[in-house]
Amino acid sequence: MPLVLIIAFPLLGWLLNGLLGGYLPRRMVGVVGSAAVGFSFLIALNAVQQPERAEPWVVPLYTWIAAGDFVVRAGLLLDRLSSTMILVVTGVGFLIHVYSIGYMAEDPAAPRYFSYLNLFVASMLLLVLGDSLLVLFVGWELVGLCSYLLIGFWFERDRAASAGRKAFVVNRIGDAGFLLGMILLAVTAGTLDIGRIGERAASIAPPALTAITLLLFIGATGKSAQLPLYTWLPDAMEGPTPVSALIHAATMVTAGVYMIARLHPLFMRAELTQMVVAAVGAATAFFAATIALVQWDLKRVLAYSTISQLGYMFLAMGVAAMPAGMFHLTTHAFFKALLFLAAGSVMHAMHGAIDMRRLGGLGRPLRFTMWSFLIGALALAGVPPFAGFFSKDLILEQAFLRADGGAVLLLWMAGVLTSLVTAVYITRAAIMTFAPPSAHHVAPHEAPPSMWWPMAALAVLSIGGGALGAQSAGRPMVQGLQEFFGLTAHEGAAAPLWLALLTPAVALLGIAVGYFAYRGRRQINLGRVGTFLELEWYLEPLYDRVIAGNAKRVGRVLATTVELRVIDGAVNGIGLAAVRAGASLRRLQTGYVRNYAAAILAGTVLLIGWWLLR
Amino acid sequence: MSALIEIIIFSAAAAGALAGGVGVVASAQPVRSALSLLLVLGSLAVMYLLLAAPFVATLQVIIYAGAIVVLFLFVIMLLHARSGEERPSKLRGQRVAAFVLSAAFYAAILAVLRTVRSAPVSTIGSEFGSAQFVGGALFTTYVLPFELASMVLIVGIIAAVVIGRPFVR
Amino acid sequence: MSVPIPYYLALSALLFTMGVVGVLVRRNALVIFMSIELMLNSVNLTFVAFARQFGTVEGQVTVFFVMVIAAVEVVVGLSIIIAIFRTRDTMDIDDVDLLRG
Repeated sequence: MPLVLIIAFPLLGWLLNGLLGGYLPRRMVGVVGSAAVGFSFLIALNAVQQPERAEPWVVPLYTWIAAGDFVVRAGLLLDRLSSTMILVVTGVGFLIHVYSIGYMAEDPAAPRYFSYLNLFVASMLLLVLGDSLLVLFVGWELVGLCSYLLIGFWFERDRAASAGRKAFVVNRIGDAGFLLGMILLAVTAGTLDIGRIGERAASIAPPALTAITLLLFIGATGKSAQLPLYTWLPDAMEGPTPVSALIHAATMVTAGVYMIARLHPLFMRAELTQMVVAAVGAATAFFAATIALVQWDLKRVLAYSTISQLGYMFLAMGVAAMPAGMFHLTTHAFFKALLFLAAGSVMHAMHGAIDMRRLGGLGRPLRFTMWSFLIGALALAGVPPFAGFFSKDLILEQAFLRADGGAVLLLWMAGVLTSLVTAVYITRAAIMTFAPPSAHHVAPHEAPPSMWWPMAALAVLSIGGGALGAQSAGRPMVQGLQEFFGLTAHEGAAAPLWLALLTPAVALLGIAVGYFAYRGRRQINLGRVGTFLELEWYLEPLYDRVIAGNAKRVGRVLATTVELRVIDGAVNGIGLAAVRAGASLRRLQTGYVRNYAAAILAGTVLLIGWWLLR
Repeated sequence: MSALIEIIIFSAAAAGALAGGVGVVASAQPVRSALSLLLVLGSLAVMYLLLAAPFVATLQVIIYAGAIVVLFLFVIMLLHARSGEERPSKLRGQRVAAFVLSAAFYAAILAVLRTVRSAPVSTIGSEFGSAQFVGGALFTTYVLPFELASMVLIVGIIAAVVIGRPFVR
Repeated sequence: MSVPIPYYLALSALLFTMGVVGVLVRRNALVIFMSIELMLNSVNLTFVAFARQFGTVEGQVTVFFVMVIAAVEVVVGLSIIIAIFRTRDTMDIDDVDLLRG
């Protein structure tokens, strides 16, 4: 089966819903959108399992750029890494599409919603399957576009529209780094083919390699919401909740992680960059987790949680534990999507209310949603045997082994601490949302079947997904990726037993702390610390005043002075000069033939005179 | 033909041509201008004979004097128009400029003529300029321009018919 | 040849200048037209004079073509003048100034 079909189906769905969606019955729109992604998932399953296919499987499409020695071919590349990703993208994507049928049933703009969603899936698949960094970048930008469109889906709301803009602008900053890194790579290595980058990585001078990888990492921090470019993701929660689940938790935001894994031949050779990646990842993980402690908006809790979990993945990338990172990416896609869908179910039941102070007592009426949320929460907290435990544990274990008592140990400690905070905030969120007493007067109703069975599927995956990397199950996924990345597992220096016990212990401790602190939906005043956390460690005012304020000031000067006086002045001046010149020249056109004849004669005399005198 | 007679004929023809030229430019009535033009054309035909071009002289009389001037006269009679120069001119300074520029032009032409080194006049056979002589060139070397000229004539005729048609709305 | 060729050329120049003066000074379209004919004829005289001087036939052949074109030009030009007269009832070329800038 042609690999292109994986991308073609969602594209077709995009066109169908985008062009004809208004004419279809509202339910049909959702079915078309879901079916497109469903077919895509089936093809992906089929493609991944074809035993006879070569490894890696490259499908050339066409030559995009041919300029002398520099050639870029657009093509698709399926190997173990992209196999993992396409399954996550289409699988989780399909479930969320189905969920959206129920969630968006009342919205008149459903065709637009589903067409954007399908376009997103197609773009993400292009990003994942691109066999050249340039193709990857096209997908990268397209998912950014879809993210913008979907965050601002309810664009009539001011906050949604500006959140979309914010996401776009912040991502642009990262993209500038990505682009520069790509250009530098093209100049030094002479190729952007992912296959060939690996071959040539060794020949790139170390300083250049460090510069390239750092620039690319800037792009990753933008897309994956890491410090310092994380600010857009919490605001992205203005979009519909399934979008938050699919794009801003499960798939798109992991693009940065994926990109680093994709370019592991470069990153593994750049020691300094690896340190930076690991440090930024660990710092972001801890930083975002603490902020999640004081959020009242359920979706924002989950957003900061996503930033934090992405930090874990970057930590894994930085300590050369790419398989662990990809494993966590996968399990995170399951349980974070589940958490978001449960939150969406709460919103759906509560007519859009999402402030946890106005929720509570939902455990009884929304029994199914509560259990889904709890499963996701346990997975997130890292309680065995839920999926999140295995992946997070693997990352921490690898970080510990990598540190070997060195400075990286600090990062490991940050990771463990984050694990504790994570358990606390998700416990807090669960209690605030579902535990009595209730703080509202709504009679909530459980979601329709199209919404709950995707949640059920994700719950199963959140429970059982750990088997992909569990020691006892033979670690099928991790093992495969280990070979792919050419890593020798640290198995030899097996982790000490206390380490294996530490993570679940910390998680349980966190849950206990959270339970006792917040039981009965107690609202704790953290005082100065609380303010510190609410202001995002004072980063928010810093960004607001220093960066945004100055940018606005510069913009105002540009708008009033430079634009009006200089640019408009030049444009108007040229126009005015032309008008004036024309006004004075038009007098030459008297309309009198005899004037013209006299002019001709004068010219003739002058010509003869010139001929005589030359 | 003796030299004296030739000089006399040339002088007479030149005087006629110049008088006609002044008449064309200076006559108040268009009819007089047309008749003066006829005088110029005739004088020039005489000069062509002096210059050993009897065929061109014939054409001059037939085409110019016989056809073109008659056409002018027809139009003058058809429109029996005022000369159109009763009112004062709208163009200020045109007359002065015209004379100054024309004088400069004439001076420039004469200056050019002075630069030309005089070549000896070639001797020619008796048949030079005859209808047979010119016609031979027209129908051999210049047959293509000759045929093109006929097409130009036809196009001109069609154009005249189209332009001259009264307006039909 | 007892009359030197430059005499013919000088006469031709004088006639041409007269035509020029006519075009520039007169306002009657027909008279301007006749002045143009005057200029054409003066040039014809030059051609014939040079043909005589160099003993070549080309000068006379050229005169033939000039006459053909002049005939066509007169026909078209006169019909334009008639058309103008019909629509604007004027022969004054200064009244035809629709293309004034």
